Amino acid sequence: MTTWRSSAVELGKAFRNRSVKVADVVTSLWLHHDQVEPSVKSYLTTFQSETMAQAQVLDAQFDRGETLPLLAGIPIAIKDNIHVQGVPTTCASQILKGFIPPFNATVTDRLQAQQVIVTGKTNLDEFAMGSSTENSSFHTSLNPWDTSRVPGGSSGGSAAAVAAGQAVVSLGSDTGGSIRQPAAFCGVVGMKPTYGRVSRYGLVAFASSLDQIGPFSRTVEDAALVLEAISGFDAHDATSSPRLSESYYSSLKPTVAGLKIGVPKELFGSEIDPGVKAQVVAALDLLKANGATWEEIAMPSLKEAVTTYYIIAPAEASANLSRFDGVRYGYRDGGADNLRDMFRQSRGGGFGPEVKRRIIIGTYVLSSGYYDAYYTKAQKLRSLIVRDFAHAFQKYDVIMTPTTPSVAFKLGEHEANPLAMYLADIATIPVNMAGLPAISVPCGLDQGLPVGLQIIGPAFGDQQILNVAAGFQELSQFPTRFQSPLMRSTQ
Amino acid sequence: MTIDSSEPKGESGLASSTAFHPGEATVKQIHYEVVIGIEVHAQLKTNTKLFCGCSTQFGDRPNTNVCPVCLGMPGALPVLNRRAVEYAIMAGLALDCDVRNTSVFSRKNYFYPDLPKGYQISQFDQPICLGGHLDIVVDGVKKRIGITRIHMEEDAGKLIHQGSDTIAGATHSHVDLNRACTPLIEIVSEPDIRTAQEARLYVEGLRQRLVYLGICDGNMDEGSLRADINVSLRPVGTEPFGTRTETKNVNSFRSIERAIHSEIARQTQLLTAGERIVQQTRQYDEATQTTRVLRDKEESHDYRYFPEPDLYPLVVTSEWIDTIRAALPELPEAKATRYRDAGLSDFEIDVVLNEPETSQYLDQCIGAGAVPKDAAKWVVGDLNSLLKETKQSFKESKVTPDGLVQLLGLIQSGKLSGKMAKEVLEKCVQTGQSPDAIVSASGATQISDTGELVVVVDRILDANPDVVEKVKNGKTNSADFLMGQVMKETKGRAKPDLVRSLILECIARR
Repeated sequence: MTTWRSSAVELGKAFRNRSVKVADVVTSLWLHHDQVEPSVKSYLTTFQSETMAQAQVLDAQFDRGETLPLLAGIPIAIKDNIHVQGVPTTCASQILKGFIPPFNATVTDRLQAQQVIVTGKTNLDEFAMGSSTENSSFHTSLNPWDTSRVPGGSSGGSAAAVAAGQAVVSLGSDTGGSIRQPAAFCGVVGMKPTYGRVSRYGLVAFASSLDQIGPFSRTVEDAALVLEAISGFDAHDATSSPRLSESYYSSLKPTVAGLKIGVPKELFGSEIDPGVKAQVVAALDLLKANGATWEEIAMPSLKEAVTTYYIIAPAEASANLSRFDGVRYGYRDGGADNLRDMFRQSRGGGFGPEVKRRIIIGTYVLSSGYYDAYYTKAQKLRSLIVRDFAHAFQKYDVIMTPTTPSVAFKLGEHEANPLAMYLADIATIPVNMAGLPAISVPCGLDQGLPVGLQIIGPAFGDQQILNVAAGFQELSQFPTRFQSPLMRSTQ
Repeated sequence: MTIDSSEPKGESGLASSTAFHPGEATVKQIHYEVVIGIEVHAQLKTNTKLFCGCSTQFGDRPNTNVCPVCLGMPGALPVLNRRAVEYAIMAGLALDCDVRNTSVFSRKNYFYPDLPKGYQISQFDQPICLGGHLDIVVDGVKKRIGITRIHMEEDAGKLIHQGSDTIAGATHSHVDLNRACTPLIEIVSEPDIRTAQEARLYVEGLRQRLVYLGICDGNMDEGSLRADINVSLRPVGTEPFGTRTETKNVNSFRSIERAIHSEIARQTQLLTAGERIVQQTRQYDEATQTTRVLRDKEESHDYRYFPEPDLYPLVVTSEWIDTIRAALPELPEAKATRYRDAGLSDFEIDVVLNEPETSQYLDQCIGAGAVPKDAAKWVVGDLNSLLKETKQSFKESKVTPDGLVQLLGLIQSGKLSGKMAKEVLEKCVQTGQSPDAIVSASGATQISDTGELVVVVDRILDANPDVVEKVKNGKTNSADFLMGQVMKETKGRAKPDLVRSLILECIARR
């Protein structure tokens, strides 16, 4: 039974013509999961028995010929910083110990309305701060292509689960690359929608002005299908866009011919490993051979993006994480005998080192006397980045870059040097700074490990980048060409 | 009238002390000028909270009007209450502020158990309203108090400590988050206030406006309106401000005056002794009627304000402002002018304007055709006391404005004397019946028919020839006795002025 290998679109069709039962998919998926999970450790929680019960209900509905939503019965994993009502949200942190959200994230509501099968909650770097899942306070997830390497992060669990076949699709969150970077490392599709396209309600905030929820999948069609389900205005999120959402899946139209592609030279020089660059050039040339054009362009502000990001994101995070104070929920240090110590010890004991580092940075840059030198300046740089992109989109339909400067790195490789880890997001961060949509698709292998091609579109050009990604998928056939060894492991 | 608000008005704005300067043989008298600025927090009377749909009802069971948003749960997001914005704009317009087309919400960061998110969503460098004023009348002289800004913010929750008044000494503390996230506006005055009396008049004036606008219930007991008072002293004639202290959350008019008096005395004493004032946040203690230190400046927070990324800048279109302006209710000042023009006394105006529902009642009477001055006499006088006695408000009064107008009509047409009208009104207040119904049921209308009264007058004169004689001899006071007899005979129903003239006429004819 290998039905769990299918795409959501294929499964949907098979469920409807009853050639495949939801229960069979779920059963086979968990069998496969049990084999691979010890070497990947994608999940923090799984809902095996619930999914079995749900599958039977769905099969009964399909048997009766009911018209069910497109995602009905599709196994989907959810990053553990997105609320599913009634089950713990941990954010891979000790400070949320015992916290069970009494409400669903809007994306969860929308997926449940589609009758998806939520397989479990996936691992992440604590509070989504990191690029490897090594900052998870529970365990590190591993790369299904090479388990001595990281899956990327922070949504490493969600990427690994899809790449290893432990879920058909999954949700992640992307603040500076946390969907696209692990997608690239794990050889799957990962998309960060336009800021405001998907509601953030029920996503535990890291940096509110940058966070966005998006899908992981093995095909572009599946990404479109999930985005279609979760996107659109939400009255609970004041930053969600009132623009009508598009039917990304049914409107999907592979587009390559005539496409004008800009490639920022700031992200195409010595910062990028030659092996990675070679694969991206090959991808660009494949597109060119099929009627697209590409050229290098100058976007000088992109060089400042990482610095800017590490002021704005920690600043927002330092406030967002203030609510974890031991008063109302989560971990409280019982040893304190006054209020101040209760705050200090609960936070000191509950947060891990990277989270503390960012809270300290954020607190510092917002402090009186330093605010203008850091925060105000960062906001100015941010507007320059926005402007550079706006300029570029006057001339080009899409911007393309390598998603990451290198392929997946070894476990512990950047342990001693957090700054080196921060640079893993050099190409993804500018996109969050500008609030744009971007998708990472597998475009080749370097040292036997996947390389991601990042396709960036103008604001609300989500359909456009999906169309381009679909065009590239048609040409490169990446879903069948790049499958992780673990994906192929169970017969 | 123009007012120079920088000048103190009279001696009351001064604090004087006798300072002993070491090394000087003589005693030098230093006069200090008191400088006061006030921040008023007013709770907006919306049904739901500022950033979520929870009820703002006061006094409900603890932690029943709460949801993930106002509990500060991870993943919850604020969504701005449009009605609260409308109310803040109304306040701005009523205080002649510049209502900004764009304002920005910011996070004010600090840790406290009553603050669920660890930050308060407030407005900082770009508030919704800038630069307005409120005129007060101090001993008959108008004075303009400048308003620096009005900004919107959410309230915090409430802590109830066990075993102590403060968190420090408590064995444990309870957190009630019903109040968390209720909408407030903070109205910041210029340092234009010079006396405790002015401070009180200013806060009273603000309260009256907000209540008239219908945007705040003005209930200081429940904390719907509270004042932070900044007080400093400077030697008279000098420009720079002295070091100020801020006394937090003073919640009655009397406390405002007392807190200021106490703080002036304390600062004067310190300065006189040659000491410095320490910049502090203080707390007013009603029991001792003094202020005590809450925290020194060194302990003050760096709030690390930055723009709230969960909310885009608040854009208020000029059209929206115009719509709100056009729908503003008549404000107390305009009402006062209208009443004054209609002949009401200052006292009557004060009483009528004290509560919006009183003036609304009067206006309904006027609308139903009453002569303003006649209606005001009853509204301020008898009706007011009768309602108080029976614990009715003007809003729920059993005597409707129409009823009062009916009563005025009965007096006007001579069917009721003033005294009779009072009795009828009393019955109305008790029973809720209309004056017409009461009068027609009892048949007791005033006798104003000359023919009918002459008969009675003649009968009385006949029975009292000696008194008639006295009147004839110029002792006109004695006519009062005859009047009393006529009234007795008619059971008080005779129209008094008619009776008097009939008595005099009949005596003259004899």
